[in-house]
Amino acid sequence: MGEIKTAGELNKKYLREGMWPTIFCNGCGNGVVLEYTFWALEELGLDMDKVAFASGIGCSSRLPGYINADGLHTTHGRAIAFATGLKAANPDLTVIIFTGDGDCAGIGGNHFIHAARRNIDMTVIMINNFIYGMTGGQLAPTTPIGGIATTAPYGNIEHPFDLCVVAKALGASYVARWTVSHPYQPIKSIKEGIQKKGFSYIEFLAPCPTAYGRRNKLGDIQRLWEWYDKNTILIEDYERIMKYGDEKEKERAKKMIQIGVFQDVEKPEFFTEYQKLVERLQGNTITKTSSVKSKKMVVKK
Amino acid sequence: MIDTGNYIAAKAAVMAKPDVVAAYPITPQTTVVEGIANYLEKGEFTGEYICVESEHSAMSACIGASAMGVRTFTATSSHGLLLMHEMLHWAALARLPIVMCNINRVIGPGWNIWADENDSISQRDTGWIQFYCSSNQEIFDTIIQSYKLAENEKVLLPVMINYNAFILSHTSMPVDIPDQREIDEFLPKFKPKWNLDINNPVTFGNIIGPEYYIKVRKAMQDAHKNAKKLIPEIAREWKKKFGRFHGDLLEKYRCDDAEYILLAMGAIAAESKVAVDEMQRKGLKIGLARIRTFRPFPKESILQLSENADLIVIDRNISVGSEGVLFNEVKAALYHKSDARVNGFITGLGGRDVTYKDIESMCRKTVEGKANECEWYGI
Ligand SMILES: Cc1ncc(C[n+]2csc(CCOP(=O)(O)OP(=O)(O)O)c2C)c(N)n1
Ligand code: SF4
Ligand SMILES: [Mg+2]
Repeated sequence: MGEIKTAGELNKKYLREGMWPTIFCNGCGNGVVLEYTFWALEELGLDMDKVAFASGIGCSSRLPGYINADGLHTTHGRAIAFATGLKAANPDLTVIIFTGDGDCAGIGGNHFIHAARRNIDMTVIMINNFIYGMTGGQLAPTTPIGGIATTAPYGNIEHPFDLCVVAKALGASYVARWTVSHPYQPIKSIKEGIQKKGFSYIEFLAPCPTAYGRRNKLGDIQRLWEWYDKNTILIEDYERIMKYGDEKEKERAKKMIQIGVFQDVEKPEFFTEYQKLVERLQGNTITKTSSVKSKKMVVKK
Repeated sequence: MIDTGNYIAAKAAVMAKPDVVAAYPITPQTTVVEGIANYLEKGEFTGEYICVESEHSAMSACIGASAMGVRTFTATSSHGLLLMHEMLHWAALARLPIVMCNINRVIGPGWNIWADENDSISQRDTGWIQFYCSSNQEIFDTIIQSYKLAENEKVLLPVMINYNAFILSHTSMPVDIPDQREIDEFLPKFKPKWNLDINNPVTFGNIIGPEYYIKVRKAMQDAHKNAKKLIPEIAREWKKKFGRFHGDLLEKYRCDDAEYILLAMGAIAAESKVAVDEMQRKGLKIGLARIRTFRPFPKESILQLSENADLIVIDRNISVGSEGVLFNEVKAALYHKSDARVNGFITGLGGRDVTYKDIESMCRKTVEGKANECEWYGI
């Protein structure tokens, strides 16, 4: 861990001051997630010249623009595909992606699925505000049933996505979800995600008072934060209730959003495996061009 | 009704009674589809409205619905339109009369949301009919007219109605809205020539060899030729019924006796009217030909205009490595048939404001013989 003790010092080190002020509204969760990411980077003591950021389009995707590091601010939904290229060009880079629920679960869903399936070493930080924030509050694939959006003023009838469940099913190495109101767990998870050799997905439930909170009458910023506390449940508590709780408790728990670490496993990573493949094939090429004798030697290996 | 271009587009779309609307939000298109959602909430729109997961899906859903033989609508802009590109070709080749609004906006990187026509210009070769509007009234009228055009058996092509970001999409203007009954009379229910029907099975998009494929392309070209005849007919029928006329394939403005004719599209063309008035007041003989349909391209009308006047073309787009696209096409229209001089200007990219004063100074530079054949203005 470095010398830094205060948020002011932290910002001085990691923020790109020329980009201030941010575009974010009062009470937006994006800045909080950025702060957690800075603490994680600081605690890991990473060399920022070896870290690259990528993002799609959305308020959440603006974050790399505010960081004093290399970044690719790409097109809507494609951050993970661009980041795959980044990682392929330099597998030693730590690649961190900031994305939104619309960007990641909606238009970019396919890239998410395939990067998780290949288990590519990258850390996806998804800021889920249940809405397309940047464009002014249209229905997202994460909007809860009944939620109000400008394109669903009558209340949403679509079933929302749970990307943690999806990522887990796809076998991602690390999957976690927290809310911005958790002070320490997010930093710990971002650290674990970055350190994990494989695909890490960390989702933050974060308020968008402008495009979601206001329309859904969730109240002021304080009440918005309380909403997250009241509507989330730790995975461990959920499982305990499902085993030992009464029917009423179970019904209540089922309506809540689970938070915590969903998956933390070690698993072969794509580019590491690829490197092994290249070495193996190069071994073969050498043998092909050389004598039969040496070919046999390689086979024996 | 006084409202923005986008809410007017939503009103027109709802009055055309599409059975299916599928869309994905993008600035500055969002209020078109939000407007439709509001009509749905009020019970004034009874079609299916789907918030799909991308523009590619929006166009795919419109294609599916249109193949079922129902009326469809969508709207997009910029990167959304680019993401649809594959499906735009598909819709046109499958000859599906989908109607879509595109709000002309910059393409990134160099992220920007302002007016620029490169998005729709780069869809030029997809086979879609392309209109460019210069007022909110024209947006309304063109949407209704477009269904009539698209669904005509001699055309059966999708139509894209373009208008500039913010300058029209978010600017309120008074617009005359006819009664629903009058609209219904003008635009009866869509009766498809072909559609997916269990009693008479057909396949859209089946495999096809070279001997037929070329004929498919030729048929599209013929349909565009037919559209060239039908667009003025429909515009005149509209005029008879509603008293408004925005021009045929192009709108001529004070072109009589003009020694120079300015050619432009969209918002720059609207501003050009002010510039033309100003210049004529000062004694310059300059008229305006506002291009309404970029596809089909009004080649014949442009050639005719060039008989007595030199041409000045303003493009809010560029085919990088070549020139402004309208400039290019205008010259091609005259090739070997006219010796009129043609000067081109590229301006207004990335939402740079183009005022009547800018237009006047481009014209003056040309008239004074100081302009290069094609130049940038306002760099
Ligand atoms: C191809 C394409 N379609 C649509 C858009 C418009 N668009 C920009 S941001 C956005 C939604 C972003 O939502 P989300 O990812 O949840 O981010 P948030 O703003 O909520 O943080 C949309 C639809 C776009 N930029 N590109
Ligand atoms: S619109 Fe929502 S997500 Fe975007 S900056 Fe404002 S509060 Fe944040
Ligand atoms: Mg969002």
